[in-house]
Amino acid sequence: MSYAQLIGDWQALVVLFVAGVVPNQIWRMLGLWFGGGIDEGSELLVWVRAVATAILAGVIAQIVVQPPGALASVPDALRYGAVAAGLVVFLLTRRSIFAGVVTGEVFMLAGKWWLG
Amino acid sequence: MALPPLDSPQWNSRWLAFGWGLRSVTQTILTLVLFATYLGIGALAHDTHFSLLWALCSTLFVWAGPAQIILITTLGSGATIIQSAIAVTVSAIRLFPMVVSVLPLMRTPTTKRRELFFAAHLTAVTLWVECHRFLPQVPRERRIAFVNGLGFGLVSVCLTANTVGYFLAANLTQTLGAAILMLTPLSFLFSTARNSREAADVVALALGVLLYPLAAKMNSGLDILVSGLVAGTIAYGVHWWRAVRA
Repeated sequence: MSYAQLIGDWQALVVLFVAGVVPNQIWRMLGLWFGGGIDEGSELLVWVRAVATAILAGVIAQIVVQPPGALASVPDALRYGAVAAGLVVFLLTRRSIFAGVVTGEVFMLAGKWWLG
Repeated sequence: MALPPLDSPQWNSRWLAFGWGLRSVTQTILTLVLFATYLGIGALAHDTHFSLLWALCSTLFVWAGPAQIILITTLGSGATIIQSAIAVTVSAIRLFPMVVSVLPLMRTPTTKRRELFFAAHLTAVTLWVECHRFLPQVPRERRIAFVNGLGFGLVSVCLTANTVGYFLAANLTQTLGAAILMLTPLSFLFSTARNSREAADVVALALGVLLYPLAAKMNSGLDILVSGLVAGTIAYGVHWWRAVRA
């Protein structure tokens, strides 16, 4: 493992703070400062939560549809199949995260092995 | 492991309470889910050419899985800093109501705001869920120390997972590397689905997944924001319509 892989350059760490740490942390600090009088069930927060969930869903889709790195070596059908198989087992096991993840992984590995 | 009764001398010092919080890390299946997720984040950081230090700093200072994955995937796929920052900040808005709802559980009439700083920083979906489960069994004046211990334990688990995932991605065969990368979408999909209580949550999750490939075809660089805003707003519409009808 090289120096670049372990430590990297300082510009990347600046980008981490500007694009990641500050935009994320600002909401926690606002919660800490102005936490008093906000109703958790207010309509605005319901909408915000729905948009945040949908953005996360988009990220999940992005990793599966346009896979990074080693995941790109797995054929499209196997990646989609793994998510579908995991979802079916997740629902059948009354929402067991563990069962869903293991099923998806086993499906993908078995498919990759079977395809050679 | 059961926590000691509320009047036990085991709660007499802050450090003991910190220790009970730390040990409670072993009492939740969510620790395993977090480990798998952060194993995936470490591997993702490796495969998108970020350094290990960068990955560890993101876990330590961002401490929100979705934001970290959004940051890595957007920056890794060539988005600008501004585009990434917008996607991260929108994903992080949910932390605001979480912090607002969790801090009153720990506050006493004499608590100063700065004493709650670490508890606020550590607040993310796992800690939020576990606070509601554990804190009723913890004496109120020891809750901040307990939460700091619980959060410290969870962060340590995730830093370890990041490091293991990073090295595995660097050294494993392509197939096993792919399996570790696949942990991230699977664990996020199912843990978000599990936390969905309302029809609107389910609609937001399902439509968000289905609309992304369409938004990506427009190639605007804002794909995730576009699909997220549209799917989230439709989901809110479903929530509103159900409330009006009821």
